Amino acid sequence: MALRKYIFSVDHKIVGMQYLCTGLVMAFVGGYLAYVFRHQLAWPNEPVPLFGMVGPDQYNASVTMHGTIMVFWVAMPILLSGFGNYLLPLMIGAPDMAFPRLNMMSFWTFFLSTLLLMSSFLVPGGAASGGWTSYPPLAASPGLSGVEWGGHLWILAVALEFASMLMGGINFLTTTLTMRAPGMTLFRMPILVWMLNIASLVFMFSVGPLIAGAFMLLADRLFQTGFFLPQSGGDPLLFQHLFWFFGHPEVYVLLFPALGIIAEVMTVFARKPFFGYRPLIYASLIASVLSFLVWAHHQFISGMDPRLAAPFSITTIIISVPFAVAIFSYIATLWGGSIELKTPMIFALGMLAEFLVGGVTGIFNGSAAADIYLHDTYFVVAHFHYTLFPVTFLAGFAGIYFWYPKWFGRLMNETWGKIHAVLTIISFNVTFLPLFAIGLVGHQRRIFDPSLFDYLQPFQHLHVISTWGFIILFLSQIIFVVNFIASLCYGPIATRNPWSAATLEWLAPSPPGHGNFEEPPVVHRGPYDYSLPGLTGKDWKNQTEAV
Amino acid sequence: MKSSVPIWRLGIWWFLGSEIVVFGGLIVCYLLYRFHHPEWASEAAHTLTWVGAVNTVVLLTSSLTMILAHHEVEHGNARSGATYLGLTILAGIIFLLLKSYEYHHEITEGFLPSRSLFWSFYFLMTALHGLHIVGGLVANVVVWSGLKRRFATHRIESVGLYWHFVDVVWIFLFPLLYLSASGGMR
Repeated sequence: MALRKYIFSVDHKIVGMQYLCTGLVMAFVGGYLAYVFRHQLAWPNEPVPLFGMVGPDQYNASVTMHGTIMVFWVAMPILLSGFGNYLLPLMIGAPDMAFPRLNMMSFWTFFLSTLLLMSSFLVPGGAASGGWTSYPPLAASPGLSGVEWGGHLWILAVALEFASMLMGGINFLTTTLTMRAPGMTLFRMPILVWMLNIASLVFMFSVGPLIAGAFMLLADRLFQTGFFLPQSGGDPLLFQHLFWFFGHPEVYVLLFPALGIIAEVMTVFARKPFFGYRPLIYASLIASVLSFLVWAHHQFISGMDPRLAAPFSITTIIISVPFAVAIFSYIATLWGGSIELKTPMIFALGMLAEFLVGGVTGIFNGSAAADIYLHDTYFVVAHFHYTLFPVTFLAGFAGIYFWYPKWFGRLMNETWGKIHAVLTIISFNVTFLPLFAIGLVGHQRRIFDPSLFDYLQPFQHLHVISTWGFIILFLSQIIFVVNFIASLCYGPIATRNPWSAATLEWLAPSPPGHGNFEEPPVVHRGPYDYSLPGLTGKDWKNQTEAV
Repeated sequence: MKSSVPIWRLGIWWFLGSEIVVFGGLIVCYLLYRFHHPEWASEAAHTLTWVGAVNTVVLLTSSLTMILAHHEVEHGNARSGATYLGLTILAGIIFLLLKSYEYHHEITEGFLPSRSLFWSFYFLMTALHGLHIVGGLVANVVVWSGLKRRFATHRIESVGLYWHFVDVVWIFLFPLLYLSASGGMR
């Protein structure tokens, strides 16, 4: 029975938790790989403690697998599937997902893909080492990279992961359209619900061509076809187009849920209604359409027609407008609020501030003229870590500290939470700020041994600073793990609504039982009715309270 | 909030939407190459156009019997519904048999996927389509075996939508891969 209840469960809460925990475990695998190559970069050709000597092949494999794992096996399962599965039905007042069995199948497909990916470390030739973008011809011909099975497994694992996320996306969209509680109109839905649906839509309509591309790449590797190989008449650029047609919308697939999480957190801890709820939704919808029109800004120096650079620069700079609308909405939400710096709020503020740095440096990369110099340098590495780290981890931690009492019925330790938050945010900056500088002097990515380049020698200390920053960042997460596990047993018992929040999930018991609500909720108002005048005792009204 | 569209129908349409993008991506890639390679017409001339044409008729007919099966079940005639669905399954099997005859013929003649980019596309696209036919057949058999026990209009409509989708994909593949043998060289 326990097997049916906790392992092969169709309950959206168990499925969400399974996704979340798998994602967190994979984050440590990805972090360990980062430790291996960061150590090699700071102290080239010295043995890495807890690993040994790093060879060039292992370096390539660890860089590749770090990127793959962090994007597809950490950010996606935590932000979209973990939070989405657990919270979406609760927030719209539904007893479960529209297709509970499809939901379970989605997780187990994902789990199978995880096993396939991890097994690639064990096969002869090692794991895939063609970069997380898996560009041909390197990734299309095992003869070039020396990686045979690792590459096959990489493609299969990624394709299966996409299939599982598609099943999840179908579920999110259908559930939101059909299972909302009475009175829960579209514009009374919490922002997170909107964001999860927009993310699912963007994912669903961008991933198809890459799935086709993955089949073509696999055929190139297995059946000696030549879709992406010039000697057979194929074109390596085609894969880049297919990859980034998905790859760029994908960053918004990750950003949207993160924006949703911090919207829920910030309204609660600023005790204010969200400033510009509808403008934020419209801006996100506009951005989701634009996200399909910017992909070639990843390819300015790839050899594509240079005349394409101007239109793609322009669309890239236009897409920063809706996101500026979003950022201003968040800042205006904070403005004049009664801000309470609880752990989730510190993480949410960190997410907003750090993401802004990532977004602004993106404008440099988006302009073709600047990008020709910056392309494939550590400047780009720093840029996208300044976007993806806040999105995945700062927003992710904000959400975990925020909803932990709902999930487990206990609160996490606040003091250790704050220490974790401050250490994470500071050490993250120590890790990645130096990389902007190192990139601007012309340090290319994916260089195994920087000591071979004379012009990089004066900047080696920046690598060392960055690596120490990363080691502190990695070790700080031990605080989180201990807090997470210890609070399960010793945390203070949480009431149904420990944060005085107004959305529906806080009506249900903590943790919610099967079917979520004791009686089906009926919605009468919007999701963020905080600091209402004329109330005594409390300053907010739940969505179910009559106007 | 009750929706006017039933849950299962929404689900199947979202699924078909995501499938369209997969085949759409593949077809666009093929077209991009095809415009640059008029000489592929002479490669396409080696496909067995007649077998492909017969297969087109077979698939289109199977879509007709699928509609008839849905119609019968909707009006409470489970028995004749099962007959029509059985005919659909039979047509799917005939399609696969003819397709494997084609593959056999092409491979023995030396037209392997690695021969040229045209054949790479030909085999990848038809094999992916063939896998979808197999998947549709499995779903059809599941629904068919359940028809005798209980009426389920929505189940037959679900597999029907999917079957029509697979049919429509073939409508694109047949002219692109078989009939493009003429015209390109002019």
